[in-house]
Amino acid sequence: MDAPHNTPRPGADEAPRGPGADEAMGGLSADEALRATGVTIREAGSGDAVAGVMPRWVALPESTEEVAALMRVSAGHDLAVVPVGGGTRLHWGNPPERCDLLVDTCCLNEIPEHASGDLVVRVQAGVTMESLAETLAARGQELALDVPVGGSTVGGVLATAVAGPRRLRYGTARDLLIGITVVLADGTIARSGGKVVKNVAGYDLGKLFTGSYGTLGIITEAVFRLHPITPARRWITAGLPAPRTAATGSEGSGSPVGPGTVEGSGFPVSPRAVSVALAASQAEPSAVELDWLAPSGVLTVSALVEGVAAEGRAAAVRDLLGGTAGESGTTGESGEWPVGSYGVAEGDKAPDWWGVLPGEEVLLELRVPPSGVDGALRAVARRGLPARVRGSLASAVLQVALPPEIGGPELAAFVSGVRGDVGPLGGRLTVLAAPPEQAAPVDRWGPVGALPLMRRVKERFDPDRRMSPGRLAGGI
Amino acid sequence: MALNELVRRVAGVLPAGAVITDPVRLRTYECDGLTHHRVVPGVVVLPESAEQIAAVVRLCNEYGVPFVARGAGTGLSGGALPRTDGVLIVTSKMRRILRVDLENRRAVVEPGVTNLAITEAVREHGYYYAPDPSSQQVCTIGGNVAENSGGAHCLKYGFTVNHVLALEIVTPDGDIVTLDADDPGYDLLGAFVGSEGTLGITTGVTVRLSRTPETVTTLLAAFENIEQGGQAVSAIIGGGIVPAAIEMMDALAIAAAEAAVACGYPAGAGAVLIVELDGPEAEVAHQFAEVERLCRDSGAFELRTAAGPQERAAIWKGRKSAFAAVGRISPAYIVQDGVVPRTALPNVLASIDRLSAEHGIRVANVFHAGDGNLHPLVLFDDAEPGAEERAGLVSGRILDLCIEHGGSITGEHGVGVDKSRYMPKMFTDDDLDTMQLVRCAFDPRGLSNPGKVFPTPRLCGEVPGVRRGVHPLVESGRAEQF
Ligand SMILES: Cc1cc2nc3c(=O)[nH]c(=O)nc-3n(C[C@H](O)[C@H](O)[C@H](O)COP(=O)(O)OP(=O)(O)OC[C@H]3O[C@@H](n4cnc5c(N)ncnc54)[C@H](O)[C@@H]3O)c2cc1C
Ligand SMILES: Cc1cc2nc3c(=O)[nH]c(=O)nc-3n(C[C@H](O)[C@H](O)[C@H](O)COP(=O)(O)OP(=O)(O)OC[C@H]3O[C@@H](n4cnc5c(N)ncnc54)[C@H](O)[C@@H]3O)c2cc1C
Repeated sequence: MDAPHNTPRPGADEAPRGPGADEAMGGLSADEALRATGVTIREAGSGDAVAGVMPRWVALPESTEEVAALMRVSAGHDLAVVPVGGGTRLHWGNPPERCDLLVDTCCLNEIPEHASGDLVVRVQAGVTMESLAETLAARGQELALDVPVGGSTVGGVLATAVAGPRRLRYGTARDLLIGITVVLADGTIARSGGKVVKNVAGYDLGKLFTGSYGTLGIITEAVFRLHPITPARRWITAGLPAPRTAATGSEGSGSPVGPGTVEGSGFPVSPRAVSVALAASQAEPSAVELDWLAPSGVLTVSALVEGVAAEGRAAAVRDLLGGTAGESGTTGESGEWPVGSYGVAEGDKAPDWWGVLPGEEVLLELRVPPSGVDGALRAVARRGLPARVRGSLASAVLQVALPPEIGGPELAAFVSGVRGDVGPLGGRLTVLAAPPEQAAPVDRWGPVGALPLMRRVKERFDPDRRMSPGRLAGGI
Repeated sequence: MALNELVRRVAGVLPAGAVITDPVRLRTYECDGLTHHRVVPGVVVLPESAEQIAAVVRLCNEYGVPFVARGAGTGLSGGALPRTDGVLIVTSKMRRILRVDLENRRAVVEPGVTNLAITEAVREHGYYYAPDPSSQQVCTIGGNVAENSGGAHCLKYGFTVNHVLALEIVTPDGDIVTLDADDPGYDLLGAFVGSEGTLGITTGVTVRLSRTPETVTTLLAAFENIEQGGQAVSAIIGGGIVPAAIEMMDALAIAAAEAAVACGYPAGAGAVLIVELDGPEAEVAHQFAEVERLCRDSGAFELRTAAGPQERAAIWKGRKSAFAAVGRISPAYIVQDGVVPRTALPNVLASIDRLSAEHGIRVANVFHAGDGNLHPLVLFDDAEPGAEERAGLVSGRILDLCIEHGGSITGEHGVGVDKSRYMPKMFTDDDLDTMQLVRCAFDPRGLSNPGKVFPTPRLCGEVPGVRRGVHPLVESGRAEQF
């Protein structure tokens, strides 16, 4: 792969040329043309690098129209553009092939409309998830996506398509998004969907832009369906004994349906069995999460029950967990939950690891059909590395953090080993974050069946490859 | 002629009897549920597998012949309207449920399987397929995917798009591709659902199965007028309750239902509301008491609670028969489908009343009140000169009202041929052009269900300026990479 350039290209500051150049720009340099838009522009500093690639400028638009003006200039001057929200996950994905202009959405920070009677909110892309939550809570409502701490924005959450624990009950961002406004590479402003939840007029561009990592255009506004804030929440947390033979990876087909029995899974109590029992339970948990330090730590499972009758339902979950986790065993591996045995704890506070990514530098996402969850955990354990695994047990979407100092070849071996094991289970492994040097020998995304179609979509939306080029699978 | 040649070649890739050219038999496919649009298809094929569909589509490409998919033909927007110069691909021979996987809460089915058949296959195990269009006994899952169909219970559970985990499709060039919800990158699965057959043909669907709720409770509340009913709806939603369904009928719709099925709704009701709650027993019990109180506070003069499945069916009977029932009170009618923000319902209903009075056209209102999805039934006498035109006008004006109030021209029936001319009222040219970029990515030749959804087809052309490899600035020596 070509190394990204990290100083301004000499050509970028010159007058536009070629057929792509906009006559109306009247021979302005890129710098002059950007400034002529009236949008606040500053020179990029070392803190603005995108996965190691330095942009030349940072723009701070305040409206969709301003974003469009920037994009028109970028089109005329062949500037590569990367959008940035809170910048918390800007290192996710491949480094961009090039980046001239960073479009910072921080000033797209308004919530133009909270129609609480309709349970709908229209929000600009740069609004942080916390401030959105605050506004909605004032009227007893919420966007039922888990709010990650620390400045992540609506646009960033959509563009990375990640979701927290409550995906089990409410789905992910794409399920709650009902309208979107985007600006394309050539400055076209386009909307789809609307302000009503039920709407099948036209294609749903919002779906296309979730998970797009800034490669199709810039999201400037979104409309979401909301939920009333639930009156009560109970977390029921239990420890499952550490796997016996996990590190040596004894093979087996996992347990049959029904809690308790595990043959050859390596886990004295099968996480898969726990997951099946909870997912099928009439207590309807909103989330069932797992936290585990592989290869040999105790597994902690925590279920969230929400709603008016949370207490009664929590009791049902407790019985289930108690029944599966049993009273046997010794003390839990850490002080994270109050256990004397592998008992069950209940309370109205989440465990401190709840909804927090298990790590930052080297982070992977492992997805399997729920029945494959024991196999997936075993696949991680077999590699013998200390790996923190966390995420939705019931949806079987798990994040895996590896030691930051892991070497490239070791990472590559981990990735291909786990892929080899979970492939037959119908699973997939994606590298969300890894420093470029370490990730160089790794295919971050793994095989994607629909890649040729995605590539064709990219070619139509961004034929000149100027939007976050190369960040996604297959160099999209 | 290209089509004749194509028919000959198609017969070679399909089983005997799977190609229909007999004019009489072709006529049975001339329309879908929207019967005033009729076109006899050039040829009908009844493939049995994805490979056969792919082979047909590849031949269509070779000859530049358009193709249209058809499931059960219950669509209400003319989406499955055939082309005289094209092939109609009917999925009626692809009706197998391939796999039921309860542990993973999913089933894999062929596109011609009916919506209800999926639920029937898993009901005894305590599961069901959540989206429940009223046409569920007949309509196919392939049609549901194409229309992103919903049902009375989509208020709480969402639409087809929220319940499909993966699709196998034949692209408009004839490739078989899987779109998986777990794939990283663009959510092509989500974009394909609701695309009305214009991005390719669904040949396999992996659906999510849901657990049958522990309890279901159904309430019928009768009000003197529709305003009171609307107020109850607002109070319930505003009170933080998300019922499985909230349906409303006005006096005219009630009268029709009484005439047709003698549903026995409370006498003198100007509006009835059906509220259904489901979920964990303790939660439902608590919320039900609250709903009863809110209905009373809003002026309900009679409340009935269904004690069991039979009584529940009795409550639903009137609502479910409403469309067909208006046939009892009017020789002809138009079923409209539009959406407004729920809080705009009182305003919009008052405007519909005015429109109705102004044009001398009766309108019966039946709607999914919880999500503001109106199904006005515009009644007219087709024997009366000019009545049909006036009804058409009223029906169109109702869509204008929906747009004015920030709603949508369709909540579940789709755009098809029927509403494409309204698309420019709801969207700008730029919006529509951008949507058609997706079309061009999937179907650059415009062969898959052309003429639907978009009023003006976009000529796709070659992808302009696609560049791979070295950047021109580098090539010209004006920049270097290191
Ligand atoms: C279980 C779980 C827990 C998490 N916990 C946390 C947490 O504790 N803290 C946290 O910050 N995050 C957390 N996340 C991740 C978080 O949800 C988002 O992925 C992230 O915060 C992105 O927001 P951002 O504004 O910082 O995006 P950025 O880092 O600015 O951008 C991320 C990507 O999105 C693109 N992008 C940004 N804005 C736009 C736009 N308007 N249009 C188009 N593309 C755009 C960027 O180009 C980039 O590729 C968690 C995720 C999971 C699954
Ligand atoms: C009495 C009645 C009640 C109804 N109630 C509801 C309701 O409550 N909610 C609701 O949402 N709708 C409702 N509908 C509308 C209709 O039933 C739905 O749109 C349904 O999904 C259509 O399914 P179908 O198999 O009949 O599709 P068809 O009518 O055959 O086709 C509909 C569209 O789907 C496309 N299509 C069909 N199969 C495929 C495939 N395999 N691949 C790609 N494209 C395909 C067609 O080209 C066409 O554009 C109702 C209709 C009737 C007649």
